[in-house]
Amino acid sequence: MYDLLVSPFVDFAFMQRALAGSLMLSIAACPVGVFLMLRRMSLTGDAMSHAILPGAAAGFLLYGLEIVPMTIGGLVAGVVVALGAGAVSRFTPQKEDASMAAFYLISLALGVLIVSLRGSSVDLMHVLFGTVLALNDDALALIALIAGTTLLTLFVFWRALVAECLDPLFLRSVSRLGTPVHFIFLGLVVLNLVGGFQALGTLLSVGLMMLPAAAARFWTSRVEPMCALAIAVGFASCVAGLLLSYHAALPSGPAIVLSAGVVYLASVLFGSRGVLRARLVTHRHRTA
Amino acid sequence: MTTPCLTFRDLTLGYGSHPAVHHLSGEVRKGALMAVVGANGSGKSTLLKGIVGVIEPMSGSCTVAPGTRIAYLPQLSELDRSFPARVVDLVSLGLWPKRGLLGRITGEDRAAVARAISAVGLEGFERRGIDTLSGGQLQRALFARVLVQDAELILLDEPFNAVDTKTVADLVALIGRWHGENRTVIVVAHDLDLVRRAFPETLLLARRPIAWGRTAETLKPENLLRARRFDEAWHDDAPWCEPDEREHSGDHDHSHEHGRSHGHDHAHHGRGRDNARANRPPAA
Repeated sequence: MYDLLVSPFVDFAFMQRALAGSLMLSIAACPVGVFLMLRRMSLTGDAMSHAILPGAAAGFLLYGLEIVPMTIGGLVAGVVVALGAGAVSRFTPQKEDASMAAFYLISLALGVLIVSLRGSSVDLMHVLFGTVLALNDDALALIALIAGTTLLTLFVFWRALVAECLDPLFLRSVSRLGTPVHFIFLGLVVLNLVGGFQALGTLLSVGLMMLPAAAARFWTSRVEPMCALAIAVGFASCVAGLLLSYHAALPSGPAIVLSAGVVYLASVLFGSRGVLRARLVTHRHRTA
Repeated sequence: MTTPCLTFRDLTLGYGSHPAVHHLSGEVRKGALMAVVGANGSGKSTLLKGIVGVIEPMSGSCTVAPGTRIAYLPQLSELDRSFPARVVDLVSLGLWPKRGLLGRITGEDRAAVARAISAVGLEGFERRGIDTLSGGQLQRALFARVLVQDAELILLDEPFNAVDTKTVADLVALIGRWHGENRTVIVVAHDLDLVRRAFPETLLLARRPIAWGRTAETLKPENLLRARRFDEAWHDDAPWCEPDEREHSGDHDHSHEHGRSHGHDHAHHGRGRDNARANRPPAA
């Protein structure tokens, strides 16, 4: 048992780093995912994860596989796409889902083009699917910084975020925060995806954001416990995924996300608001 | 008694280039209890959004007396009922004007929320999720939020939709209580019998104001007929409304009829530039 569960993390520094990095990611990304889901923007996270690619690729093209330039590039690309899509939806009749799709597709194509200018498909795989087993000090510090910033921002803007989801017109009637808080939130999404792509890659970092959130929705109907539960699911997925990756020699990013996927599917079936529960309860009812 | 709480000066509100509320002028005095009636698409909800400031005026102005706190209750359909919140969370949103983003919620605040919930008859529902409430229960909870907001000017957008008679009676009683506390209350409503019974003053809208004054006067058959005849559709080729064509503006006494044909109903107006096409389709 010890050999199976604990010794990989005790014996190997790269496993310790991978664990620390992915746990810090979970703390910040999972609550962001909960709000994405509650705002019915689950696919926006997916779009944004594609959108940061050209920035990361440009950093990769110029400096090689270095965390800082790739992160800054990803941030810039993500913010440009988020603001661009937001502005189009605000100033034209087009809705945000359409403008977001347009911007991220342009961005993704640009990213693939940039990556293909140099290097092989192996490099592309690195950018797309991450290298959680090769997190260096810079990357860990960056993830810690992003996690801290995210938690602080969520803490400060919590009420506005909840009100903006629940009753946006009410928020606009009592406060001017409605529009800013939307963009601040999109900023957090970009920040966490950029934090995640080093560990999991651009395509899979959104998985660690959305799957625990989607799973948590089947267990509780309040926001605070939902965020806590999502973080717990994220933690469990990271540990399970890393162990799976270590013992079965599988790529770590997909292993983590697939672990979260297993939790999600189990929640769909067995959650207190899931399929089976609904079936079992229907044939009995109370008097009032 | 005559201090205005709210002043409209030739107010036009709309979407794209199309007016939804057209050249409205007048005053709502402090402590008034006023119904806003009119057909669908006649600009009632838009007017409330304009007062709250969610929509900017296209022309003219809407001035709220300084220091007036506003409580705005949007239509039920604007609320995301699938959001995981309990009744107490929803009602506590009403603390925002007092506590803002970061202010600490005190025990006294919690007591105020509990009092509001029991005042609307929802004791025992505090911990229920809002997705489990009926339409009437949700509307009660939203009234409790208005109670918590403790505002001088209260704007309610179709609060009686999809609500049973018992609940309507309770909500009307609450509105009467606010009126007794000298708060200004403006309610968008469809039920004319209810308006006649419970609201001393009425504004009849058909995009432009048809009549505004005492309810019995305003809801005379000829006014209602005129209000029904308005053209709900927007026309992209409607001529532009030229300010200099108007024969009067601003300062007429709103207790008189406002129905004189002063010719800037876009859809029917014959003069003006040809082919002044707007580049946006009418949006919802």
